[in-house]
Amino acid sequence: MRIIVLIKHVPDTWEERVLDPVTGRLDRSASERVVDEITERALEAALALKDRDKSIEVVALTMGPSESTGAIKKALSMGADSGIHLVDDALAGADAMTTAATLAAALRDAGADLIIAGNESTDGRGGVIPAMLAEHLGLPALTFVSELSIDGGRVRGERATETATSVVSAPLPAIVSITEGMPEPRFPSFKGIMGAKKKPVASHPLADLEPALAGSRSSASSVVLTCEQRPGRTGADPIVDEGDAGTKLAGWLIERRLAEQRLV
Amino acid sequence: MIDFDDDQLELQAMVRGFANEVVDPAAYEADRTKTLPMEVVRQMGEMGLFGLPFPEEYGGQGGTYVELCLAIEELARVDQSIAVTLEAGVGLGAMPIFRSGTEEQKQQWLPRLTSGEALAGFGLTEAEAGSDAGATRTTARLEGGEWVIDGSKQFITNSGTPITELVTVTAVTGRDESGKAELSAILVPTGTPGFTVEPAYDKVGWHASDTHPLTFQGARVPEANLLGERGRGFANFIQTLDEGRVAFAALGTGAAQGCLDESIAYAKSRKVFGRPIGANQHIAFTLARMEARVHQARLATYDAAFRLVAGKPFKKQASIAKMVASEAAMDNARDATQIFGGYGFMNEYRVARHYRDSKVIEIGEGTTEVQLMIIARELGFS
Repeated sequence: MRIIVLIKHVPDTWEERVLDPVTGRLDRSASERVVDEITERALEAALALKDRDKSIEVVALTMGPSESTGAIKKALSMGADSGIHLVDDALAGADAMTTAATLAAALRDAGADLIIAGNESTDGRGGVIPAMLAEHLGLPALTFVSELSIDGGRVRGERATETATSVVSAPLPAIVSITEGMPEPRFPSFKGIMGAKKKPVASHPLADLEPALAGSRSSASSVVLTCEQRPGRTGADPIVDEGDAGTKLAGWLIERRLAEQRLV
Repeated sequence: MIDFDDDQLELQAMVRGFANEVVDPAAYEADRTKTLPMEVVRQMGEMGLFGLPFPEEYGGQGGTYVELCLAIEELARVDQSIAVTLEAGVGLGAMPIFRSGTEEQKQQWLPRLTSGEALAGFGLTEAEAGSDAGATRTTARLEGGEWVIDGSKQFITNSGTPITELVTVTAVTGRDESGKAELSAILVPTGTPGFTVEPAYDKVGWHASDTHPLTFQGARVPEANLLGERGRGFANFIQTLDEGRVAFAALGTGAAQGCLDESIAYAKSRKVFGRPIGANQHIAFTLARMEARVHQARLATYDAAFRLVAGKPFKKQASIAKMVASEAAMDNARDATQIFGGYGFMNEYRVARHYRDSKVIEIGEGTTEVQLMIIARELGFS
């Protein structure tokens, strides 16, 4: 059985995230890149299944610029068997539609019994890719699950809602998106780090997969019109209490139409 | 310059992440309640930290002492108790079996030790014998195909954890014509009748590290539990002790670095009289001195570690590293608590823990005086 896990290289959540004022896209050089934790959890879910059944093959798939090989390497260190890297300049700035079409092409090409993804990435936060992939591939989608098992050709998951827990299942092949309710990812071992170098990583330019997508730069929903740095804070006049701070504060609010003046 | 390769740097980053995310949050409570956090130890085992310098055939990670030192250093930045649990687990628990054990002994014990599922202790120190191992009082006599052990041991790390499965004990197994003790090492499984792990010590620091006195009253183990040759119980472990000093030096380096990291952050953020305390030259110079100590400690540590791995003589370098790094830890801990002022005296601050913990780095695995003795001997003075 082959499980493909979708992983994503994102700016470190703990650092400031910056947009490039020219392109309106994420400035990838502005902060340290890490494997998105939700996708690390997706990988952990796959590795946990592999722990129980050694015959399972786990493949880490990412789409991103060349430095995203770092994400693949981390996944291989943690225990994935191989990696697939979709890298093409034409994919820079791809929106969810293009991303889903590209990933679907790669998944079709690689073939998977089970696809596991995070429910939404830390940077884009669209949360639509898993469902879009299911549409592209014609697969059942179990989204937002917090527990996962495979049994007799079916995948089963639990989805917590505000009022109840739904138990959902689907025949394989299928796609699953997981939530932060899944266990934390494991740390790689030194053996894993050393072994990662010997594991195969396939690097696909777009033209190999989906010639129709290559070079089209079609991101239909691209919505960034302008982008500029947030202005720094300008000096405000402090209100000094000389026995009339209340009146001054009220005046300040009224001036900005944040309060109404009423004569009593 | 220390030239770590990519794998080593990646391991360092991985252990640093683990130390910050898993070890550090558990450290205060573990220190306060004086309990080894077994969940943290379990995860260290899963990451393969206890197997770093052992070959894969015994469940190890196929690394060297350099990787072990990197891991110990990173752990010691945030929690010395956890760092010494790894240092002793590998250097004193598993390494003597790996170096001197028969194939059967290695197969029996190493896979569980290198995976961190089990821990082992090394019982050398006694009330009147430590570095002076010749003064050992504990005896073992052969009787009906079994060793019968009587005596007691002191300060034995990892000897009483929930996963401790054995202790290697040095004992006098006979005397030559001149009355000189014949010292041998014997593997004693936990739970052997007559072998008692006494209640844990009330220590100044390293509260979460598991340390006990051990007593043996007619404890019987099979004759085959002899580790290494009879009569070579100390000679066999000189190498182990030298190696342990390098790992101990890494612990000191990490502790010194942890004190520096905390102090730099505090000196930038804490304001007194309208400016950060680091703007005062006295504080800035103190930090500069702390940095210089860490630098010396790290260079000395990895010089010894790389020599060890390359098979070059490293005895003198190990003693220098151990002495320099332990002093760096203690000196930096003293400076760090001073920089933190009142907070430096509060146990929930890492620097306070480092202050209590660092003293023993100057004592364990050979005191500073023993290191000086070894260095002086290497210079031709004995």
